[in-house]
Amino acid sequence: MNDMARVERVVDTGQAKITASDVQVHYGDTHAIKDVNVNIGDKTVTAFIGPSGCGKSTFLRCLNRMNDTIDVCRVKGNILLDGEDIYDKRVDPVQLRAKVGMVFQKPNPFPKSIYDNVAYGPRIHGLAKNKAELDEIVEKSLRRGAIWNEVKDRLDAPGTGLSGGQQQRLCIARAVATEPEVLLMDEPCSALDPIATAQVEELIDELRQRYSVVIVTHSMQQAARVSQKTAFFHLGNLVEFGETGQIFTNPQDPRTESYITGRIG
Amino acid sequence: MPTLWLVVSVLVLAAIGYVLGRKRALQSAGGDVRALHSLPNYYGLNVAFAALIPALGVLLIWLLAQPMIVENSVSGLIPDEAIPEDSTRGLVMSDVRRVASGLDFAVEQGAMTLAESQSLKAEAGDIRARLGEVGVALGAEVEAEVLDAAQRYRQMTTTGTHAMTLIVALLAVAGLAIAYARTHKDFRARNVVERGILVLLILAASLAILTTVGIVFSMLFETMNFFGLHSWKDFFFGGTWAPNFRGDSELSILPLLWGTLYISFVALLVAVPIGLFAAIYLAEYANKATRSFAKPLLEILAGIPTIVYGLFALLTVGPMLVDFFGKGGFLGVEWMAGATSVLTAGVVMGIMLIPFVSSLSDDIINAVPQSMRDGSLGLGATKSETVRQVVLPAALPGIVGAVLLAASRAIGETMIVVMGAGAIAKFALNPLESMTTITTRIVSQLTGDTDFASPETLVAFALGLTLFVLTLGLNILALYIVRKYREQYE
Repeated sequence: MNDMARVERVVDTGQAKITASDVQVHYGDTHAIKDVNVNIGDKTVTAFIGPSGCGKSTFLRCLNRMNDTIDVCRVKGNILLDGEDIYDKRVDPVQLRAKVGMVFQKPNPFPKSIYDNVAYGPRIHGLAKNKAELDEIVEKSLRRGAIWNEVKDRLDAPGTGLSGGQQQRLCIARAVATEPEVLLMDEPCSALDPIATAQVEELIDELRQRYSVVIVTHSMQQAARVSQKTAFFHLGNLVEFGETGQIFTNPQDPRTESYITGRIG
Repeated sequence: MPTLWLVVSVLVLAAIGYVLGRKRALQSAGGDVRALHSLPNYYGLNVAFAALIPALGVLLIWLLAQPMIVENSVSGLIPDEAIPEDSTRGLVMSDVRRVASGLDFAVEQGAMTLAESQSLKAEAGDIRARLGEVGVALGAEVEAEVLDAAQRYRQMTTTGTHAMTLIVALLAVAGLAIAYARTHKDFRARNVVERGILVLLILAASLAILTTVGIVFSMLFETMNFFGLHSWKDFFFGGTWAPNFRGDSELSILPLLWGTLYISFVALLVAVPIGLFAAIYLAEYANKATRSFAKPLLEILAGIPTIVYGLFALLTVGPMLVDFFGKGGFLGVEWMAGATSVLTAGVVMGIMLIPFVSSLSDDIINAVPQSMRDGSLGLGATKSETVRQVVLPAALPGIVGAVLLAASRAIGETMIVVMGAGAIAKFALNPLESMTTITTRIVSQLTGDTDFASPETLVAFALGLTLFVLTLGLNILALYIVRKYREQYE
């Protein structure tokens, strides 16, 4: 914990990209998220931490309406992206998800070539006018995913043949290819070894230049390393939200303190 | 009847062995279950198995082998001269069996004494009449050779049955005694019973495989007989199917194969798109409630007997097609002469195959990990884009496997084509003409009244074997593809 205490952060958060107010989520009879209010800044990495089952992944999936794919899930409250309610009837969840990309816990490359994996989103959304443009998008995305140098000679090889860390970076490149504004990451390193984790974390820090990144993580060290803002969830409540340095060094709520010092969770 | 009693007494013996073994084990441990190596039940089961399995195994083998041995040795008794001009040894032997069982029956009914039945003479000439009295009908008066053979048959069977009873009983008692003697608190009865169960399971599995091998061999022998009578070149490479009851037939499989493949192709054309779409709907779009009643409902289609489908083809689909394409039909064309056609059989068979394709494809689509769908939806793809570009490609090998399985069903299907496809063997492209298939011809060649040993009948086995090889190949290919796909996500 000591090295975390020394973390000093330069926080250059812009204005709020996503504003969530009074969000309630029910899974059938379970009240999974209770009254969550949070502002997620642009060009910032926001970490959601908390013990298992506290609702942090559920809340993350509200932000691009991935919960719509689950029948029993109901979302109430307001979530605004750039001031527009994403749960408004006029909003097409499919369009929304192109703007709010997502990277999952387990790397999930499609059983296609590396090139086709990255080109998938641009093709669906018609982002490229011709093959040359698509090539360009693929290269740019793979570069942003910090994996270009490893795969540039074998773009036709299947994406499933890469190592776990490479697969996850490929998935990040795939998400970046649709030019999203927000990138949601659901425990992106939990299936990776320490070296791959370090690479992905480095990548997250670079992605902050362009995107608003929200990351769910079980590792408090990771939250401390990569994020500027941290939100602590407990039993469906947002207990505390603030600057990462402050959360880890000087938590206001006793529950947060118990969690980060390892007494609960 | 005595065999049944034998089995019952062995079972009773095993039950007694169970109780005894259990008791002895407990005694050896001084009544303390914890001092035993295994639970008391295992000691009991061990003794029961020892009494049961060898005895019943020998009984089974004996019952299978004895008739063959008796038959062979009795058959040797009949001299060649005794076989009438227009008959075969097999027919005479069936007379022998009939006389033998008739005599046994007469003794049982009390129409004659045992000694009387053994001292009968063919010269007396009243055997037929006396057996007729007790309800055993014989075709002709009994020849001396036949009677001798029948007596020999009875004698051997009686001796064999006595020996069998004795040996089986001895084995059961011996097994019981040995296992009982070995029962002791340190004896690892649990491990022995475990091994016994393993053997039982292996036996069951190999029985199924052996049966398949048996089927293949029985067909193989008859097929070889056929090729002894008919040129294999004509069978495989000839162009005409024209069986002729006076002999000298042209029996080529090719026109039949063409009909089979054509009808199967039409069936798949119907079944694959509908089945696949149904599977996609059930797996990807339907909610739980819809799925829970739609899937079983669809699978009921698979439970309908094919003869019912055949009736459907004959009474509904065929006439309906004639209404469209036949003389004076809605379309004003005259393309279809009768209700039976490739299209009739193909469409109905396709309906039959829908549940095969949909049920298998549904399972395979469900096996595609949810993370694939999430990944695609998370990139802003719609549901149908996800299905088309991610789920189906991932499930494709499995779906191909499902289609191949359906194809092998289609090729082997009999009743629908018998009733819906017609009986004319020819090469034609028009799906509104009637054609015939391999299975239909097998049925008609075997159920006709031609001599069994003629090539016109034996060709059924050659056709059957070819069909078997064809569908076996398809099944192996399908299973190989499905298995290869399964490995991908485990």
